[in-house]
Amino acid sequence: MAKVRKLTKNDKSTIVKVLKYIKKYSIFLVFSVLLAAVTVACTLYVPILTGNAIDLIIEKGLVDFDGIFAIIRMMVIVILTGALAQWLMNVCNNKITYNVIRDIREEAIRKIEVLPLKYIDGHPYGDVVSRVIADVDQFADGLLMGFTQLFTGVITILGTLGFMLTVSVPITLVVVCVTPLSLFVAAYIAKNTHSMFKKQSETRGEQTTIIDEMIGNLKVVKAYSQEKEVQVRFDEVNNRLEKCSLKAIFFSSITNPSTRFVNSIVYMLVALTGAIFAVHGRLSVGKLSCMLSYANQYTKPFNEISGVVTELQNALTCAGRVMELIEEEPQVPDAEDAVNITADGSVELADVCFTYVPEQKLIENFNLSVKPGQRFAIVGPTGCGKTTLINLLMRFYDVDSGSIKVAGRDIRNITRGSLRTSYGMVLQETWLKNGTIRDNLKMGKPEATDEEMIAAAKASHAHSFIKRLPQGYDTVINEDGGSLSQGQKQLLCIARVMLCLPPMLILDEATSSIDTRTEIKIQEAFARMMKGRTSFIVAHRLSTIREADVILVMKDGKIIEQGNHEKLLAQGGFYANLYNSQFA
Amino acid sequence: MKKLLVYLKGYKKETILAPLFKMLEASFELFVPLVIAAIIDTGIENRDIPYIVRMALLLIVLAVIGLTCSLTAQYFSAKAAVGFAAKLKSALFAHIEALSFKEIDTLGTSTLITRMTSDVNQVQSGVNLVLRLFLRSPFIVFGAMIMAFTIDVKAALIFVVAIPLLAIVVFGIMLISIPLFKKVQGALDAVLGVTRQNLTGVRVIRAFHQEASEIDSFDEKNDKLTGLQKYVGRISALMNPVTFIIVNGAIAALIWVGAIRVDNGIISQGEVVALVNYMSQILVELVKLANLIITVTKAVACGNRIQSVFEISSSMEEGKVPMDGVAEYAVEFNNVDLCYNEGADNSLSEIDFKVKKGETVGVIGGTGSGKTSLVSLIPRFYDASRGEVIVNGINVREYSFDELRKQVGIVMQKAVLFKGTIRENLSWGKKDATDEEMWQALEAAQAKEFVEGKDGGLDFEITQGGKNLSGGQRQRLTIARALVGRPDILILDDSASALDYATDAKLRQAIANLPGTMTVFIVSQRTASIMHADKIIVLDDGQIVGMGTQDELLESCEVYKEIYNSQFKKAGEA
Repeated sequence: MAKVRKLTKNDKSTIVKVLKYIKKYSIFLVFSVLLAAVTVACTLYVPILTGNAIDLIIEKGLVDFDGIFAIIRMMVIVILTGALAQWLMNVCNNKITYNVIRDIREEAIRKIEVLPLKYIDGHPYGDVVSRVIADVDQFADGLLMGFTQLFTGVITILGTLGFMLTVSVPITLVVVCVTPLSLFVAAYIAKNTHSMFKKQSETRGEQTTIIDEMIGNLKVVKAYSQEKEVQVRFDEVNNRLEKCSLKAIFFSSITNPSTRFVNSIVYMLVALTGAIFAVHGRLSVGKLSCMLSYANQYTKPFNEISGVVTELQNALTCAGRVMELIEEEPQVPDAEDAVNITADGSVELADVCFTYVPEQKLIENFNLSVKPGQRFAIVGPTGCGKTTLINLLMRFYDVDSGSIKVAGRDIRNITRGSLRTSYGMVLQETWLKNGTIRDNLKMGKPEATDEEMIAAAKASHAHSFIKRLPQGYDTVINEDGGSLSQGQKQLLCIARVMLCLPPMLILDEATSSIDTRTEIKIQEAFARMMKGRTSFIVAHRLSTIREADVILVMKDGKIIEQGNHEKLLAQGGFYANLYNSQFA
Repeated sequence: MKKLLVYLKGYKKETILAPLFKMLEASFELFVPLVIAAIIDTGIENRDIPYIVRMALLLIVLAVIGLTCSLTAQYFSAKAAVGFAAKLKSALFAHIEALSFKEIDTLGTSTLITRMTSDVNQVQSGVNLVLRLFLRSPFIVFGAMIMAFTIDVKAALIFVVAIPLLAIVVFGIMLISIPLFKKVQGALDAVLGVTRQNLTGVRVIRAFHQEASEIDSFDEKNDKLTGLQKYVGRISALMNPVTFIIVNGAIAALIWVGAIRVDNGIISQGEVVALVNYMSQILVELVKLANLIITVTKAVACGNRIQSVFEISSSMEEGKVPMDGVAEYAVEFNNVDLCYNEGADNSLSEIDFKVKKGETVGVIGGTGSGKTSLVSLIPRFYDASRGEVIVNGINVREYSFDELRKQVGIVMQKAVLFKGTIRENLSWGKKDATDEEMWQALEAAQAKEFVEGKDGGLDFEITQGGKNLSGGQRQRLTIARALVGRPDILILDDSASALDYATDAKLRQAIANLPGTMTVFIVSQRTASIMHADKIIVLDDGQIVGMGTQDELLESCEVYKEIYNSQFKKAGEA
């Protein structure tokens, strides 16, 4: 049983934000509240009718059948109205809840599309996904429960009080005074079990870490014959978990019986006082039975409400996490006077400085002048910041100072769409979207005809293997490419760019895991694509490097050498070193 | 699920006592309406206040007994459930650890982790609930009905109609909505898919300027989800109103029948009140029962999944022979085939070679050519489907796993480190390794420099998955871990891919200079890494297509030439 905590300032601002989403459906909210009132009224009226009817059944020969019949007719009407109102209320609540979360999710995806790459690179995908999916889902559960149970709960408590007062004031007072006891009992137990739960979840976390690590890397465990050692560690944590779980589970499970016990006492007190009143003729038997059933109904929402409040607080926390995402600062929007350009293949980098983290200087005063049709090879050890350059060229990140110009225009004054479609990009991590091969190939040019698409596939050596797939171009591939090999995926990515053939290219050669034959095909496809186009290649192969017009040697995020193969080799610097260790 | 119940064995007493006490509690609850009826019929009728007080005290006694029984039941069931889960987890963990690589491949480690964590938790709460409630709810439902019969048979017939009707409605709605909930889950997964795709593919999507069409595709899936949710919501929202109608309808009927029976002098007014009370009790319990059944169905499904893991046993048996070091050849493959799954094509066929002690062997070939499969046979991660793998003169099946794997150090493609200090990680290679041995291994693995630079050196704390180290650092530490044990045979399975060429070369040099006669296998995609080996094995499609030194292979082996040229091709030769 989680503890009911106070609302924080954050919670309050989240509530305000959530209310904005609900506002659109306020008419349904009004209906929902009205229907809840009708439902509760009907539910509460039934015991009164029952009581009245019982008062008409006194003993042998003393039964007022006409009266009873009238009451039963009334009961049927009340029951049916109540049931109908309850169903409609549920439908309203469903509608509000699911529409609200649909709206929230729609807003979230729109935000994701304009988030700066910095945010996306800096947050684990799983975290963002769980905000949009799991958190919103949890929020929906809480919201729905809140609507249905909190409303009806509160109305029931108030309604019952009202009805009870009309039946008997003193007995009502008895009920009102004793019932809160069950709340105190529940709160007391929750408070005292909180630390046990905390311990349990900590120990459980410890155990999950072991499971994750050891089972996740079972092959390593076995390669080093560590099974016994690991089992000992696991059992130690497992035994501790058993002990604290038992405590936590047992002590928290005391809550229900204890509150039930308090309810029994309330019930007994109503029976006692009611019966004494009845003896003195101040209360009929029917009224007594009615009071007894009220005593039961009155305590129920109290028991549920603490659960509902916890659930609502969870929901608020979850909503807060989605709102955080939705309110995240978007990327700088395209400038108002941004234009669509037609790139000619010239790129100019002047005094570019850039860094991901302020303390760590990365690219400083970088100058580069690229003429149309030139070929650049970027080389350097892993992690030297080759991808940073790609990030800047595509404007996935903005430069800190200096400027990048394409076709003589600062890229900050060009619409992102037209800038990015001027580049064709093939990255080493071959990303394909869920969908058919056709969807993937036509991604950059949806209006392309099938003939054009097939021509592009042929030019990139992808046609022959696509043809052999069970459904050809209609074969559905999932996000990881499923049954396609790494090389085939790369060919698809090349074909995707081949179809649009933009004036500039950014290519990332694969380091490994492609077999030789496919490798040769990829190189041929690359070569065909690069003909007459400005291209930036993150290069690993000697042939690519040697054929480049300019080689940029990067190390620790800086360009340390620049020139063609012969010149750099003659220089005898880092490049010469790298080259010799690899090929000598 | 059934077979898992063995783990409850140590808790026989608890498993019997928990439901028993729960039933006791329930029976005391069933007395309450009778006491109320007595208060009305005797106490109020005879104006006997002492009697009423006595009855009220009786109610308290009933409540106290109920509380005691219930607490006892909760304790026993919690103890049984938690103890059961702990034993189950320990056994499952041991079982999983004993599985061979073949089974790990088929099951997948992420599945195994889910079985160990969320599935076991579901089963635990299932067991706990069943022990507490599974007997209680039906007991109250039928108990209330039987009590009604003791009051008046004719009036009790209304119960006989109402209970099945309620059961049909409650379980009917459940049966209809459960498959629908699965559909909702499917729709949610689709929304999740698009969301994920927009994060993993953010660069490509933006490069092709496809943001708008991605939003359309998201909206479409999102709308579909919302539609389904509302539809299912409307159906499951029927549950409460319909049960409300049935129960209150039955109460109305009870009043009518009761009126007739009282008029005929067969039952009393108080007994009518008791009948009405029993009817209300049934409703509460049926709803509880429905929720319970949902939890139990889930738990049973989880239990079955766990059981299916237990049913898979390791396909390998270990031998007992100790290793001695007198053979001439460190590793021999005699006509070895390897087939991962029956009926599938061979992953390796007719592999036949011998490696002398102290030799360095390069293994090269394209993706899927069987390089990793080949070296996995040496520490017996898999069994050859045909032929023999011989280490130090004895078939690998004869050794105990422990003995064999101590002598064969393998560094896998994926550099895995565990949470803990560098020292703890290295000691996996050799339990009682001294600091000096560790530093030597680190030095050979080209890791000394950066480890010295870390806070605490060997005591530097590695986070889970080694996330506070770079890829190259992780790889070098895994190499050091293998070197600490000074294995007779060292296998580097493409384990230098994150190192630049210069470091890679230094690493190979250092390993060659280590004292003793270590036999080394280097698996690589790069010719540069293996060109100096004593022997290079060239694999293509699971077969050896060339074996010899670099010079020999450049003469005779087409595949090797092709690989070599693709990496060393001179400009102009294209």
